[in-house]
Amino acid sequence: MKHVWIILQKQWQDTWKNKAVLIQFIMFPILAAIMKNSIQMDGMPVNFFVNLFASMYVGMAPLISTSSIISEEKEKNTLRVLIMADVTPKEYLLGIGSYVFCACMFGTAVFCCLLNDVTTSKRILFFFIMAAGIIVSVLLGAAVGVGSKNQTEAVSVSVPVMMIFSFLPMLSMFNDVIAKIAKFTYSEQVRILVEALGDGKIHTVGAAVIAGNMLVFAGLFWILYRKKGLA
Amino acid sequence: MRTFVKVDNLTHSFGEKIVLDDISFQVKQGEIIGLLGPSGAGKTTLVNLLTGQIMPTKGTIIFEALDTGKNLLKESLRTEKKETAWSDFHGDQSDLLQILNPEKKVSFHRKKTVNAGIMMDHFGLYDRLSVWSNLKIFAKLYKVSEQRIDELLEKTELSQAKKTIVGKLSKGMKSRVNFCRALLKKADVLFLDEPTCGLDPATTEKLHKLIAEEKKSGTTIFLTTHNMYEARKLCDHILLLNDGKIVERGVPEEICLKYCLKNQIEVILKNGERHEIPNTMESAKVLAEWMKQENILSIHSKEPNLETVFLYLTGKELDQ
Ligand SMILES: Nc1ncnc2c1ncn2[C@@H]1O[C@H](COP(=O)(O)OP(=O)(O)OP(=O)(O)O)[C@@H](O)[C@H]1O
Ligand SMILES: [Mg+2]
Repeated sequence: MKHVWIILQKQWQDTWKNKAVLIQFIMFPILAAIMKNSIQMDGMPVNFFVNLFASMYVGMAPLISTSSIISEEKEKNTLRVLIMADVTPKEYLLGIGSYVFCACMFGTAVFCCLLNDVTTSKRILFFFIMAAGIIVSVLLGAAVGVGSKNQTEAVSVSVPVMMIFSFLPMLSMFNDVIAKIAKFTYSEQVRILVEALGDGKIHTVGAAVIAGNMLVFAGLFWILYRKKGLA
Repeated sequence: MRTFVKVDNLTHSFGEKIVLDDISFQVKQGEIIGLLGPSGAGKTTLVNLLTGQIMPTKGTIIFEALDTGKNLLKESLRTEKKETAWSDFHGDQSDLLQILNPEKKVSFHRKKTVNAGIMMDHFGLYDRLSVWSNLKIFAKLYKVSEQRIDELLEKTELSQAKKTIVGKLSKGMKSRVNFCRALLKKADVLFLDEPTCGLDPATTEKLHKLIAEEKKSGTTIFLTTHNMYEARKLCDHILLLNDGKIVERGVPEEICLKYCLKNQIEVILKNGERHEIPNTMESAKVLAEWMKQENILSIHSKEPNLETVFLYLTGKELDQ
């Protein structure tokens, strides 16, 4: 456990100097704040921008940052050095995963502050929905990071994947066909769940899709990890 | 002195290419063993195998007991099918050798056995963090005090650069940070892959001192180098690799004597003429004559050195 903590601290130090990753964590929360305060249209649902950007955030930030961190450490051989210093692959992945999770939960806190007309219990529910989505995304990012040799390779995979999960929620609002496909993605379900925060219903489909995505990506990660390891 | 590591019939290939070809050697505890050889000879590959970063295609590496007299704690076994099975292994060497049945072509390889400090030829440093932060991460992992970091930075003349971002350091400085990292913890064995490559003579001297200190404290050291002077000065034994084979091994001095039997004196005259004459009585007359004429600019004994042996054995012979 001590090693996990050391990895987490190390990554925290790196955050402020690693602009590529930092921007992932703060871009959407900032965008949401700006849009929310600058664009007001009649008939626009409450929290329209916050909901939209929160789901895009879930599809993008954890995925890109996790894959970029892991692939960079592979490319620069720092991962190898850590492993030789008796950090186990599990400890390493747990450290990076929990770091990204925590950072994204800070972003979630910003989104939460931007929500209007929502009770405290619903805000807590919002955190849980986001947390579930972020975990799925971290798993997917870790799979990409473990599966690729270097950063270039990781980017060439993570960007198209991110496009799918991050932009489907937005596109589905304008196109029914896309909406039908998007239903099966965790990020779209995060949007639906967050949008439905106020309705008091139980959304089994949403929960099932997110859990299903989580299982699939965990499986994918496991296969890639078994095949490629961290070497 | 007891044996520290025993390597038998070690072979490694990358695809079709055989990089290490059936090499065997032993290293005694507490000695400095020099790995020499031209670029591409397989030195780094050998270090990677010894440190468990890659699996050998064939052969065994056995680290003998350090304190307990028992053998390694964790081993991995790899069969021909490339299946890796990890197993805990507590026992003495005779148990181990039974596992290494050559007919079954089972190769054996260490996983986490010895407490090693490793300096690889790649840096593996965090470019965006400072020298201090880089070392601090590993000090925490090794449970070593900050004092030790300061001490090493001082000794490698990096104290000034403590707060500098690693990405902004020169190559030689990065290499020294890497060196410090390898020395952070008290290791039983050190692997130093070209530690003084690209350093100025004064700094090189400092590192030599540190390496000698480590040896004094009982650490076994593998030193890869292209610097023959360094090899002769520091190493108790050397292995000279060429094309994946050990072409010569032994004590540096003895190796030199073995190959450089030509015992000659080189005389340079004031008019620029260069003469090589045998170091025998017959030459005395000639020398005396030159001296009478005050014609001699310099006299060198042509001592045998590692460089000549190296060039001779690796096929890059000097024309002398
Ligand atoms: N990962 C790899 N895949 C394929 N070939 C490799 C790999 N690593 C090393 N080699 C090859 O193995 C040979 C030995 O390489 P190695 O790095 O061990 O040489 P070296 O003796 O350390 O050389 P140098 O003095 O330049 O560091 C080289 O021909 C190299 O091309
Ligand atoms: Mg090398």
